[in-house]
Amino acid sequence: MPTFRKTYKPYVSPFDPCPPLRVKTYETPAQLYLGFQPENLKQFNLNDALKHGTLWPDLYTPYTNPFETKKS
Amino acid sequence: MWYYEKKLQYPVKVSTCNPKLAKFLMEQYGGADGELAAALRYLNQRYTIPDKVIGLLNDIGTEEFAHLEMIAAMVYKLTKDATPEQLEAAGLGGHYVNHGKDLFYDNARGVPFTAAYIQAKGDPITDLYEDIAAEEKARATYQWLINISDDPFLNESLSFLREREVVHSQRFREAVEILKEERDKKKYF
Repeated sequence: MPTFRKTYKPYVSPFDPCPPLRVKTYETPAQLYLGFQPENLKQFNLNDALKHGTLWPDLYTPYTNPFETKKS
Repeated sequence: MWYYEKKLQYPVKVSTCNPKLAKFLMEQYGGADGELAAALRYLNQRYTIPDKVIGLLNDIGTEEFAHLEMIAAMVYKLTKDATPEQLEAAGLGGHYVNHGKDLFYDNARGVPFTAAYIQAKGDPITDLYEDIAAEEKARATYQWLINISDDPFLNESLSFLREREVVHSQRFREAVEILKEERDKKKYF
């Protein structure tokens, strides 16, 4: 299962004016990995599907604020 | 910084005096999918893209300026010796009134370049997909230019430029694959 958020460590200069953010993130959501969607994928029940915006868990890529998850 | 080589990336030869072609070629000079838009787009995006693909944006953005120069050479050769009457007949009367014989960043229909043509979305995947789309749109533009041009020498240069769009698109697609890789997975789980 791929991760839907990647981290990287950007170059930090000794002369940067602000305290560095040493780890940065970017999003790599599910649709980048699925290819042509296979038939008969597992499905959410209808209530969850309506709530999530998709019928298939394999396409469900919720977004969370990376600045908040870092703190916890 | 840049070092400048005082030559074109690929030779530009124009065989027939046809100022009309100059107007069409301006789509790649100051158009939405042209070389200027490409260069500015990539060289701006490179600052905030993950480190692994900065170099790619830097190199391709630089090459786009070399392409811009080739287009400029074509437009210049096709217009420098034209009379105002010939320019008007080529649909460049408005251009002549506004800019004289100078080149300008307009598209084929005389619409001036705007930064609204390009985007920097701050999301690496989004930016690279825009870059891939831009290369494909530029490739298509070169195809239509080759179709509309009857100048065999000019078409040789245009074919070279079209092929570079193909290569750049491929490299951007590879950059997406690099960003999709699970490089740091171990460290953070």
